[in-house]
Amino acid sequence: MQVTEKDVSYVADLANLELSEDERGRMVRDLNSILGYVDSLNELDTSAVPPMAQVSDRYGVDESKKGSERFAYASRDDVKEGLRKSFPTEVALANAPESDGTFFKVPKVIEK
Amino acid sequence: MNLTGLTIDSARSAVLERKTTAAALAETFYAKIGSDDSKIGAYLILSRERALAKAAEIDRLVEKGEKLPPLAGVPVGIKDVLVTKGVRTTAGSKILGNYVPPYDCTAVSRLEAAGAIVLGKLNCDEFAMGSSNENSAFKPVHNPRDLTRVPGGSSGGSAAAVAADMAVASLGTDTGGSIRQPASFCGVVGLKPTYGRVSRYGLIAFASSLDHIGPFGKTVKDAAIMLRTIAGRDPMDSTSAEVPVPDYAAEIDEPVKGMKVGVAKEYFGEGLDGEVRSTVEAAIQKLGKLGCDIVEVSLPHTKYAIPAYYLVATAEASSNLARFDGVRYGLRAKGARSLSEMYRRTRDQGFGAEVKRRIMLGTYALSAGYYDAYYLKAQRVRTLLTRDFEQAFKKVDAIVGPTSPTAAFKLGEKVDDPLAMYLADIYTVTANLAGIPGISIPVGATREKLPIGMQIFAKHFAESTILRVANAHEKAA
Repeated sequence: MQVTEKDVSYVADLANLELSEDERGRMVRDLNSILGYVDSLNELDTSAVPPMAQVSDRYGVDESKKGSERFAYASRDDVKEGLRKSFPTEVALANAPESDGTFFKVPKVIEK
Repeated sequence: MNLTGLTIDSARSAVLERKTTAAALAETFYAKIGSDDSKIGAYLILSRERALAKAAEIDRLVEKGEKLPPLAGVPVGIKDVLVTKGVRTTAGSKILGNYVPPYDCTAVSRLEAAGAIVLGKLNCDEFAMGSSNENSAFKPVHNPRDLTRVPGGSSGGSAAAVAADMAVASLGTDTGGSIRQPASFCGVVGLKPTYGRVSRYGLIAFASSLDHIGPFGKTVKDAAIMLRTIAGRDPMDSTSAEVPVPDYAAEIDEPVKGMKVGVAKEYFGEGLDGEVRSTVEAAIQKLGKLGCDIVEVSLPHTKYAIPAYYLVATAEASSNLARFDGVRYGLRAKGARSLSEMYRRTRDQGFGAEVKRRIMLGTYALSAGYYDAYYLKAQRVRTLLTRDFEQAFKKVDAIVGPTSPTAAFKLGEKVDDPLAMYLADIYTVTANLAGIPGISIPVGATREKLPIGMQIFAKHFAESTILRVANAHEKAA
C-alpha cells in the first residue's frame, strides 16, 4: 500500500495537525518508508493468534479479589471522594492559556 | 568531596556521619552542574528551592540524631516526563514549555519520602520519542564519555547526569529501550522493571501499555535500592501490580552458581557491531566462569519486534497526545479565529517533527480500513513475541545479549533517517511489548573508549534474578 498526499491530508485532519506543504511531502516519504518496513509482519500467519493489548493479563490475577476475572486487581469499591479530592478551581485553571476565573476560555466553537 | 564513585550508601553515610550535610552535598552537586553541564546539557530545570528545603529536613534529622531514611540526602535527577508539583515539567516539548504541574508523580514522591534530594529535571527526547536525545525541543544532550556523540535516548539526560557525576542516581522512562540504551551508551546501569512493578501515575504518557519508570545508577546495588524505593502497588495507577516488593539490594549477593542463563542467537545476527559482539561474548563467558550454566535459546520472532512495536507505540501515542490542544495547559497558538483552527495551529507550533511523524503513523494505523492490517496485526504479533519469552523462560532463568547493536553514534548521524534511528532499539523493544524486566550494565568499551552494555532479561517480577546476575558480573570485573 502506498501512502499518497491525499492520505496524509486526511490523516492530518483526523489528528488535528496542520502540516506545511514541506512537511506533507516529507511525511509521504517517511510514512512510506516506515510502512514498507512494517509490511514484513504479513510474512506471519496470525489468523489463530489472539491480539494482546495489555501485559497485565499475562501474569495472572489475584483470585481472592472479586470482580472481572482478568482485571480484578484493577477494580475497587466506589468511594464518595475518589482517591484524591478534586483540585480547587484556581489550581485547575492555573496553567490555562486563557480563563475567566471559573472556566477555560476558547475561541468560537461553531464555524460559519 | 569527590563525587566520582559516590554511591547511594556512601552519600547517605557521609551525611549520617556528619562528614558533610545534605545541604552542602546538594550545593556541591549544583556547583558541579554549574561548571560542567553547559557542555553536556543533561538538565533542563533545576529545582534548587525544593532540593534545599528537603536537605534542611534531612539535616534536622541528623541534628536530632533520629533514624535516617534509606536515601537520606542522596542527590537525584528526574527525567522531565515525570511531573513535579510546583517545578516546571516540559516532557522536552515546546507544547509544555511553561507547564507547572499541580501534583507529584508517585515515583518521585516515594524517592523524596525515602530522603532523596531532587536536584532538577533531566533532558530527554520530546515526549520520550527518540533514541538519541536529539528530539528535545530545547537542546541536545552530549555523551559525557565523548562530547561529539549522542548519550542515547530517550532518557539521555538521566544517563548522562549519572555518568558525569551530576547526580548520584536518576529516574528515567523506558517505552522501547529508553532507559537501557542510554545506560549502555553512557556506561552506567539502567533498569526497566516489569510492567506494573512501578506506578506510572504522574508519567506524561507516550504509549500506556509500554511505558515504564525505572532507575539509573553507577552500580547494580544503587539500581536495586532505587527500584525498591519506587516499586509497589499504587491505587492511583490501576495497572500497578499487587505483588510484594523484596529488598532487592539484600538479595543481589546471592550466588549465581547453577543459574541457567540463555543466549538468544537472534541477538547476535546481522547488524551487530563486531566490537560489541566480542565484548558481550566475553561478558557471557565470564558469567560461565562464575558458575552460570550458559545455554542457547531462540526467540524466533525477534525480527518482527521493531515493526510491531512502532505500530503499537504510535497508535497509543496518537491517542495519548490528543490531550495537547491548547485548552487546559501548555502552549496556545495566537490569533486563531475558531476552535479547530486553534487546535491545529497549537499542535503545529508545539510539536516537533518526530512527534508529528509518530502521531501521523499511529493515527493512520488506527484509521478506518487500516486498523486490522496494521494495529490489530501488530497486537497479534505482540502475542507471538511474548510467547517467545514464555517458551524460553521454561528453560532458563535469565537471557543475556547486547543492549544495542552499536556503541554511541555521532550527533547528527541518524537525524534524517527515522527508520535507521528506530533500529537502534532492535534488542530492547521486545521487553516492553512482553512487559518483562531488563537491565543494561556496562561490560567494556570499544577501542575508541565508548562504553558497551549487556542486557539481562528475566520473567515477570524476577527483577531479583537480573540484579543478581548483573551484580555477579560487576563484582567480578
